[in-house]
Amino acid sequence: MSFLSHLINGISLGSIYAIIALGYTMVYGIAKMLNFAHGDVIMVGAYVCFFALNSFGLPPAVGIPLAMLVCTALGMLIERLAYKPLRAAPSLSVLITAIGVSYFLQNGAQLIWSTNPRVFPSVFENAAVNLFNGQLTISINTIVTIAACVVIMVGLTLFTGKTKMGKAMRACSEDKDAAILMGINVNRTISVTFAIGSALAAIAGVLLCSAYPLLKPTTGSMPGIKAFTAAVFGGIGSIPGAFLGGILLGIIEIFAKAYISTELSDAIVFLVLILVLLIKPTGLLGKKTVVKV
Amino acid sequence: MKKTIAVVLAVVMMLVGVVACTSGNQPATTNTSSAIKIGATGPLTGGAAIYGQACANAAVIAVEEINALGGLQFELKYEDDVHDVEKAANAYNALKDWGAQITLGSVTSDPAKVTSALCYEDGIFFLTPSASAATVTEGKDNVFQMCFIDPTQGIAGANYIKDKNLGTKVAVIYKNDEDYSTYIYQNFAAEAEKIGLNIVSTTTFTADSQNDFSVQLGDAQAAGADLIFLPMYYEPASLILAQANQMGIDITFFGVDGMDGILEMNGFDKSLAEGVILMTAFDANASDENTKSFVKKYQEKYGEIPNQFAADAYDCVYAIYQACVNGNVTADMTAQQINEIMKQQFTSMTFNGLTGQNMTWGTDGRVSKDAIAVVIKNGAYASMD
Repeated sequence: MSFLSHLINGISLGSIYAIIALGYTMVYGIAKMLNFAHGDVIMVGAYVCFFALNSFGLPPAVGIPLAMLVCTALGMLIERLAYKPLRAAPSLSVLITAIGVSYFLQNGAQLIWSTNPRVFPSVFENAAVNLFNGQLTISINTIVTIAACVVIMVGLTLFTGKTKMGKAMRACSEDKDAAILMGINVNRTISVTFAIGSALAAIAGVLLCSAYPLLKPTTGSMPGIKAFTAAVFGGIGSIPGAFLGGILLGIIEIFAKAYISTELSDAIVFLVLILVLLIKPTGLLGKKTVVKV
Repeated sequence: MKKTIAVVLAVVMMLVGVVACTSGNQPATTNTSSAIKIGATGPLTGGAAIYGQACANAAVIAVEEINALGGLQFELKYEDDVHDVEKAANAYNALKDWGAQITLGSVTSDPAKVTSALCYEDGIFFLTPSASAATVTEGKDNVFQMCFIDPTQGIAGANYIKDKNLGTKVAVIYKNDEDYSTYIYQNFAAEAEKIGLNIVSTTTFTADSQNDFSVQLGDAQAAGADLIFLPMYYEPASLILAQANQMGIDITFFGVDGMDGILEMNGFDKSLAEGVILMTAFDANASDENTKSFVKKYQEKYGEIPNQFAADAYDCVYAIYQACVNGNVTADMTAQQINEIMKQQFTSMTFNGLTGQNMTWGTDGRVSKDAIAVVIKNGAYASMD
C-alpha cells in the first residue's frame, strides 16, 4: 500500500512540475528561447493569490483568476520590454537576459514583500479521500493538482492543433521567416504564447503553494529548475513531452527518496536525466530535427 | 571606445584600492562619548528575521533599563546581516568603523562563524545570544555563547524524551546540508543509542528538496513512530506540520530551539502546532519577577510575547553589564583593553538571567545551564509540568 501512496505523491509532485514545464516548453517551442524567468513568474502569481485571499479576503475563485490576469500582464510586459528588442539577437543574449529578468523579479519581490516567509492559506478544502479502509489517503489538493494538469495538457494540445492561433504558433515554431511571408503576425503570436505561459505559471504557483504552503521570493526558483529539467527530459518543445517528463520526474524523485535514499534523491533524478539524454538526446518525445545544408 | 572603457575601469579600480587602504589603516578610534559602544549584527530582514528582530528588540530594552540606572552607560547599534556570510562581514566592518568596543556577535550561526573569527583577530570581545554552532567558539578565547551549543541540544533532547517517557519509537527528520540540523541529529542519535532510546526511522532533506515531506512522514508512520524529532528551524518545520496534517498523521512532534518563532510566522495556522514540544532555555510563562517584568515590557513595546532569542539577547546585555561593573570597565578604554577584562570576568563569574540560574562559562566560551521543554497549547507556550 505504501507503494501506491508513494506513486500518488509522485504523480502529484510531478503534476506541478508538469504544469510549470508546459510553460517552459510552450515558450521554447514557439519563441525558441529558454525563459528562465518562468519560475519567478510562478512566485509572483502565488504572491498575488496570497494577498487576494489573505489581505482582501477574496474567495479562491476570484483570487486565482486575478493571479492569472496579473501574471499574464507581467509575462507580456517582460516579453515586450526584455525579449522583443532582442528578437534578432543571438540566442545566448536572450538567455542571459532571461536570467537577468529572473533575478530582477526575485530581488524586486524581496524589496516589496520582504524575504520573511509567509504561510500560504489553503485554497482547497483540507479533506482527503480514504481508500482501502483508510490505508491510502489522497488529499483533495492532490486530486485537483493532477486533474488541473491533465486538463491543461489536453487543452493546450487541442489549442495548438485546432485553432487558428495555434496553427500560427506552430508555423512560427517551424520557420519564423516563412511564417512572416505567409502573413502571420509573428510578434503577436509570440506575445500570446507568453501570455498563455504566464497564466499557466500563475496556476502552477497557486497549486505549488497549496501543496507546500511556504511562500518566499525564492519559492519558484528550485521548482522552476526541476520543471525545466522535466521539459528537457520529455523533449523540450513538445507539449505531451513536458507532461510526461514532469510526471516521471516527480515519480522518480519520490521513489528515489522512498526506496533508495532521501540523501541521494536529487542526484538520482539528475542521473536519470543524463542517461535519458545520452540514449535519446532530444528527450523522450522530442522531435529529431534534420538540419539541411 | 574599448580603450576609454579600459582607462575608466583602471581609474575606478585605483580609487577603490585607495579607499580600501585608508579604511584598513585607520587607527583604532577612541571613544569620546561617555557610553560604552556595543555593536551587533543580526538578520533584521530576510528569512531569519524573526530571530534578529527578537534579539535587537530585547537588547534595546536591556540597554534602556541599564542606562536608566544612571551608572555605567551603554550605546547599542545593530547592523543587518540578512543571515548572509558576506553581508555579516560588511556589517561587522561598519560596526568597527562606528567604534564598537564590545560585540553581541551575530544572531545566527553561519554569520557568527565569520564575525567571531574577525573579532578574535581584532581582539574585540564577542558574546552571541543565539549562534549555537560549536565552531563559533572553538579556538577563540574571547568568543562566548549565551545559548546551548548544538551537540548539547541533541543530547539533552534524547534524555528528555527518555526521562519523561514521551515516546518509545522515535523518528528523526533532519536537514543534511545544514550544520545546525546535522550536529544536533548526530549527537541525538549517539545519545539515543547510549541510553536505549529506539530510533525507528531516520530521513533527511536539503535546502533544495524542502518541499515535499510525504516520503519522510510516510516512513515515520510506517515504522510505527510515536514521536518525531525535528532538529531544524521553523521554516521547514511549518511545512512538515502542514503536510502531516494533510496526511492525517497524529504523532507528537519534538523540536529544538530553532522551532521557536513558528507561532509568529505570517499566516501560520497555530492549530497545526498544537501539542508540539520544543526545547528552549526560556519560558515566557515563568512566574519569577524578572521574567514577568521583561515579558510585560516587551509586550508593551513590540506587541508580542518575547521568544527565547529575545531572552538570550537580554541576558547577554546584562551579563556584559555585570562583567563591566565587576571589572571596572570605563568608556574611554580601547576595545582590546576591554577584551582582556571581559575574558577574565566571564570565565570567573556566575550569572543569573532569564534563561537560567547560576550560569558559568568555561574557557572554551560555552555556557552551562539547563534546558527546559515547553509544549504549545492553544497557540502559546505552556509549561510541560
